[in-house]
Amino acid sequence: MRAPRENAIWMRDLRACGLVQAEAITDLRGLLLRGLAKSFQARGDIDQAFLEDVVQQALVHILDHLDQFQGRSRFTTWAMAITVRRAMSALRRKRWQDVSLESMTEPIERALALDRDDTTSPAQHAEQHAIVETLRRLIEEALTDTQRMAMTAELGGMPLEEIARRMGSNVNAVYKLLHDARKRLKHELETAGYTAEDVRSAFA
Amino acid sequence: MALRPEQAKALIEMVMGTRDQEMTCDECVADIAEFVEVQLTGKPLSEALQAVQEHLDRCHDCTDEYHVLRQALEALAEEDGR
Repeated sequence: MRAPRENAIWMRDLRACGLVQAEAITDLRGLLLRGLAKSFQARGDIDQAFLEDVVQQALVHILDHLDQFQGRSRFTTWAMAITVRRAMSALRRKRWQDVSLESMTEPIERALALDRDDTTSPAQHAEQHAIVETLRRLIEEALTDTQRMAMTAELGGMPLEEIARRMGSNVNAVYKLLHDARKRLKHELETAGYTAEDVRSAFA
Repeated sequence: MALRPEQAKALIEMVMGTRDQEMTCDECVADIAEFVEVQLTGKPLSEALQAVQEHLDRCHDCTDEYHVLRQALEALAEEDGR
């Protein structure tokens, strides 16, 4: 068995022509396929055709973006990270394809209704309820419609990538939108007299 | 959808734990390969990689990808070790 390639050898071989490049691509393809198959083997909804399709798309991307590899990890780790991202993106799209943003954005008063936990005392539940109610009011009053919609969808479990797709945006912009919303809510909660410690002890 | 207390706690913790500057998903992706290798060796995280951990604490999409990537690398390492 041949020794694993070092980063520089991967880069040299993948940039080469003819048989050298073809062999490097075959090796990389096999490695990505094995890694992905193993990490997804517990999932019944993933078939070989899906994995091969994802790896093929990832390989095209990797070969087009070799210049972006900065050498801060092993080349194969970098390539696997790209492949995993493609696979997860495709799975999210499939899983959420029939779910609209509107169906995820129920009114915030319902989205933030707090269930009673049997292990919580009435006093503690009242304290938790007060905090959640303050948060609900702040979401209504301090956030924009877009921030509120994205936050409610996120609370319902919709991935940011899928929220972004439905908003005609991208995942970074949605993350920033939600980050700005959280910053605003934190500021408002602190202004309302709540500290991080108060909140943690109420839900401890 | 009603929140269970642990979900409410997670939401409020996320709000209260918000920092003025946070890494975006693309910035996390750029560093995730280095991050997972450091995690697998058990070495301490640099300050730059701490930001990746903080992003993962807040972002479900990136956390899912991190776990799948880690599983893939562990499986390949096991295969190499056979």
